[in-house]
Amino acid sequence: MNFWERIYLPAILKGMWITLKHFFRKKNTVNYPDVKRPFAPVWRGWHVLKRDDQGRERCTACGLCAVACPAEAITMTAAEREKGEEKLYREEKYAAVYEINMLRCIFCGLCEEACPKEAIFLTDRIVPSDYVRQSFVFGKDLLVEGTEPEKRIDVSKRQKHIQEKIWAAGGVTQ
Amino acid sequence: MSVLLLFGSAWLWEKSIMVLVLFVITLTVAAYATYGERKIAAFLQDRIGPNRAGPYGLFQPLADGVKMFTKEDFRPNAAERWLYILAPGAFMFVALMTSAVIPWGTQLTLFGANISLQVTDLNIGILYILGFTSLGVYGIMIGGWSSNNKYSLYGAIRASSQMISYELAMGLAVIAIVMLTGTLSLKEMAEQQAGLNWNIWYQPLGFLIFITCALAECNRAPFDLAECETELIGGYHTEYSSMKLGFYLFAEYINMFIACAVIATVYFGGYNFPGIDPGSLGGLMGPIVMFSKTFFFIFVFMWIRWTLPRFRYDQLMHLGWKSLIPLAILNMLLTGGGVLLFGK
Repeated sequence: MNFWERIYLPAILKGMWITLKHFFRKKNTVNYPDVKRPFAPVWRGWHVLKRDDQGRERCTACGLCAVACPAEAITMTAAEREKGEEKLYREEKYAAVYEINMLRCIFCGLCEEACPKEAIFLTDRIVPSDYVRQSFVFGKDLLVEGTEPEKRIDVSKRQKHIQEKIWAAGGVTQ
Repeated sequence: MSVLLLFGSAWLWEKSIMVLVLFVITLTVAAYATYGERKIAAFLQDRIGPNRAGPYGLFQPLADGVKMFTKEDFRPNAAERWLYILAPGAFMFVALMTSAVIPWGTQLTLFGANISLQVTDLNIGILYILGFTSLGVYGIMIGGWSSNNKYSLYGAIRASSQMISYELAMGLAVIAIVMLTGTLSLKEMAEQQAGLNWNIWYQPLGFLIFITCALAECNRAPFDLAECETELIGGYHTEYSSMKLGFYLFAEYINMFIACAVIATVYFGGYNFPGIDPGSLGGLMGPIVMFSKTFFFIFVFMWIRWTLPRFRYDQLMHLGWKSLIPLAILNMLLTGGGVLLFGK
């Protein structure tokens, strides 16, 4: 080492100059719960079980999603629709219990592709964290969308023809 | 009878209030230094730092304090009980004592009375500070030893040998200043540096030695070997928890505050600034200038900490014994020659 390297000072000042430049640099941090970065329109997050226009559950408990699921995260129990329940369920058969284990789910979206009734969709909602494993088994209370118009969950961005328009216009939407 | 007289005297009341105010200010500065440390660290690393507790995270020190107080107060079974309890208190006490001789301003005019902005003007002020910082090693040594943990002991031994080594160079740097100013009193040193006649212009090398040693004395990066997490878990305070740990961390920030105040007083003119009369605003201008300088140096300390990596222990010792002490002696010779030739 030569003299200037041995006394460290030029190197120290150089380093301090670099850190000082970073001090005034614009920060990249996103204040997550307050500010959210835009999601891709096809983001695969928390599933939703859709209702049709009249508020009836679309799912007929055929079990194709459970078969398609590579992580074996989906289980369901089918039941027959009784008289007087026509306003609740669209088909004669429905899922009395429908559970997705969010810790097993790999969010691949194969259930969405397998569904013949357009009942299950993945949405851009993130599954929240929790302390208890059991609470990650999401039942119908957390999966089926509400009947009121404001509780409906819009999955139109996931439809193929809309997606093509979005990508043509530049890709990401809020 | 004399005790009664003492209680009736305005002098005692004035000094008591001064001590209390200084105590509160020191603790507040130390508390907000932790916040400043985290914010500055974050900014230097392109982050934004604590911003959840209150606006801009300004209540973070309060939250940290509450956390410290409510943590479990753990004591190892094999610890030397009384020494273990005594050590953080001793460290804190020593840290707080040093602020007594620092002149924060000329004097304050309140209700027609002139109050000196210095708790006591010891004629050996700078020696008093050196003495008390040397005592600080006892808090660390007793704490590390009484914990009965090898990591604590390692940290304590490192801290004590480091502080003893760097005190030498620091003392030699101070001797050069004493030769130059002809006084040991911090008040007189500050008075001599009126305007821009600061000691830094005569003692740049001495200043470099002093600030390096001050970093080592405060156990701050790049010399924080006493508590380097990667090797020693927590160093001398590994076994401490709750407010005992809080005392250690707090006292370190107080030490840093005092070290910066001493640097500002000894090398950067204390409460003097060209164009500003330290006696104006009823005497408040002096403390404002003084605190600005102190805070600037606290920023520099933090800036250094978040820029430089930690020294290896042998490098630390080499720097102390083989570079700083010879340099300090050279500086002393140069100063002596300068004083002999030019007078000052």
